[in-house]
Amino acid sequence: MYSFLARRLLATIPVLLVVAVLVFLLLRLTPGDPAAILAGDAASTEQIARIRASLGLDRPILVQFGIWFGNLLSGDLGESFYYKQRVTDLIGQRLEPTVSLAAFTILIAVLVSVPLGVAAAWRFGGWFDRMLMGFSVLGFSVPVFVLAYILIWFVSLKLGLLPVQGYQRLADGFWPYFRHLILPSVTLSVIYIALIARVTRASVLEALGEDYIRTARAKGLPELRVVVRHALANAAVPIVTVIGIGVALLIGGVVVTESVYAIPGLGRLTVDAVLARDFPTIQGVILFFSFVYVLVNLLVDLSYVFLDPRIRY
Amino acid sequence: MTISRFSAAAVLAAAVAAASGAALAQGDPKVLRIVPHSNLSILDPVWTTAYMSRNHGYMIYDTLFGTDEKAQIRPQMVEEWSASPDKRLWTFKLRKGLEFHDGRPVASEDVVASLARWGKRDAMGVALFTFVDRMDTPAPDTFRIFLREACGFLLEALGKPSSNVPFIMPKRVAETDAFKQIDDYTGSGPYIFKRDEFKPGDKAVYVKNPKYVPRKEPPSGTAGGKHAYVERVEWNLALRDAQAQVNALQKGEVDIIESLAFEHYETVKKDPALQLPNFDILGLQFMARFNHLHKPFDNPAVRRAVAAAFAQEPFLKAQVGVKELYNTCASMFTCGTPYASSAGSDIQSKSNMKKAQELLKASGYDGTPIVIMKPTDLVTITKLPDVATQLLRQAGFKVDLQAMDWQTLVGRRAKKDPPDKGGWHMFLTAWQAHDIWNPIPNAALDTRGEASGWFGWGKDDRIVELRNQFMRETDEAKKKKLAEAIQARAFEVATHVPLGEYRSPMAARKNIAGFFVSNGNLYWNLKKN
Repeated sequence: MYSFLARRLLATIPVLLVVAVLVFLLLRLTPGDPAAILAGDAASTEQIARIRASLGLDRPILVQFGIWFGNLLSGDLGESFYYKQRVTDLIGQRLEPTVSLAAFTILIAVLVSVPLGVAAAWRFGGWFDRMLMGFSVLGFSVPVFVLAYILIWFVSLKLGLLPVQGYQRLADGFWPYFRHLILPSVTLSVIYIALIARVTRASVLEALGEDYIRTARAKGLPELRVVVRHALANAAVPIVTVIGIGVALLIGGVVVTESVYAIPGLGRLTVDAVLARDFPTIQGVILFFSFVYVLVNLLVDLSYVFLDPRIRY
Repeated sequence: MTISRFSAAAVLAAAVAAASGAALAQGDPKVLRIVPHSNLSILDPVWTTAYMSRNHGYMIYDTLFGTDEKAQIRPQMVEEWSASPDKRLWTFKLRKGLEFHDGRPVASEDVVASLARWGKRDAMGVALFTFVDRMDTPAPDTFRIFLREACGFLLEALGKPSSNVPFIMPKRVAETDAFKQIDDYTGSGPYIFKRDEFKPGDKAVYVKNPKYVPRKEPPSGTAGGKHAYVERVEWNLALRDAQAQVNALQKGEVDIIESLAFEHYETVKKDPALQLPNFDILGLQFMARFNHLHKPFDNPAVRRAVAAAFAQEPFLKAQVGVKELYNTCASMFTCGTPYASSAGSDIQSKSNMKKAQELLKASGYDGTPIVIMKPTDLVTITKLPDVATQLLRQAGFKVDLQAMDWQTLVGRRAKKDPPDKGGWHMFLTAWQAHDIWNPIPNAALDTRGEASGWFGWGKDDRIVELRNQFMRETDEAKKKKLAEAIQARAFEVATHVPLGEYRSPMAARKNIAGFFVSNGNLYWNLKKN
């Protein structure tokens, strides 16, 4: 177990290295000049050239990479061209909104989708199952921004119950923090409810056909216990995998939701950085996302041990 | 029992939510919440020409002179000034009570240092400093500018309302290399920047400067009294989605949308809780810019054919759509400002497609495809290239319309490479009135070729000569004649093509009062009732 953990942690290093090199090179190949963007509309070509030099962008790519990589090895992701702040500080500022949004979204999604998926599998082929499958297709298909606008119109503008936009930090009080997250989380959770419910249904359905379920029923166990304790527990591995991927995707930035609800999270930071060709910030956030992906996958793998005693590392 | 407790909790939660929603809608009367037109990222308004940085500058810095709504230069930090008979020595005295946010009085040495830094970055500043022999500070409240020869735009430069504005900073800040950004945001303006609350991409906060002494005159443009009636101004930098902005305004979560999307104009107009303040009577001008370095636009005859094809109405109709927000304008200098005229504009204003086709035929155009850059993400100008493409094709051009994001366009337009090797032929943009109403800051009229600053690198010695005369002329009537001559020549060689003017509407809640004609995004004098 511990050697597995050590191996997996060590394996993150080459993954992050490859990501670092690829991101660095791709950004330099992308059209767009950070210096021209920084200088503004009325700047002259000479002024742009001076800004380019001051950012070190006039140096050979290998030299630029060497400097950046050297700093990276010492834990320094560099300074944003645009904001003149450390990239680590920028990520730190944006982490709370994104993590909060991701956490609430996943919480809602899991609380709603797992029981629905289990119930659909239990009543396979019935009206509830068909309704859930229909809903899940709808959940996949409706664009997030459409759902967001509908919820804002009804819940915020018509009923006046919740704010239409913005984010309050947890430090400003739990209720303001929470009420600003309800609509974005509900909006975003719909697609995950659809996804997790489908996977749960398929997985539980498969488990319900196993011999041990028939045995459990033959022993006279209550149906609820059969479904939850035996079928769901054995179907948990794919469900947890999907939830894990969902968490990683959410941390990786939920741009549309953050834009519509004006949440200053990592998704918006990434988009702004890409649009401004803010190379240090893009490199920093992508490395951070890669690290999160690797970490979440590792945690998911580790969770298998607890969910299925047959799995050993 | 459990269910009834749950129901009670739900009802309570809904009541709390409704109550807090109502409280939020009402808003704090001491806090003005504004949605600016873009994100604020660069905090040095002399280092960049970005409008957001300029607007940030107006919040925290003051200026020596201002430009009123009628484009007249008025004193701001300056109390009185005089010029020697030969107009080579200018003496300025600062008004009393000027103080930086750190409590230090504004002194003449701060002014001299600020002007010196600005003079290295701003186009008009650079032009001014070709005349400046030296500056000195005979007294803490007095500074002098010694010119090598008389200059006709000294006050216009010092009162320049748009990027880069000669904001006055403390000497220790202004001594920063002009090509490095400052990191101390101490100003002497009506608001103080809350650096500890600034979160890029989230919010920028300004609080009232209690020691600011406004001028007695009413506010007008960037001149007059800058009264801060609210304790705090918050710029919401996260709210970028146009529909979400309107939702937030209707709900009362924000007070002002600085730049309302045209498609929401009618919605706001019909909402009794909202208003559309008439703060900007000059607006912006659309412009098509050629790359003069490469075929076929190295040939003035081809450029004139384009000018003849580019009737303004189709551009305005497609891009703005709301009739009351746009007007055609035959001038290269903003209509309604002192140098505006129709001199030389017949090639465009009295032309038509048949004429354009004839001109193109006579020009010797060889069928080179015209590379037009279309910014897909800049909603205020994204439709212009489509109209240009259609009109050019009708005139007989081959067109290669290339879509890209605005920042790619910004990077690409700085390239002088041939269009088939990553360069370009044409892009379309918009300029705020203040930036083009005078031949000196009007970047498209800087025709020094590759030596000149602005993208497109037009070259015409006659315009250079006329601009030099304009810079030296001190008689206003003669300056107007020279501006007309510059424009006539610019149309003759088609440096660029003006495509009409429009006003970007601002939307606000009805409880906000005190709007004045600022021709820009200025947030003093506003009251929240």
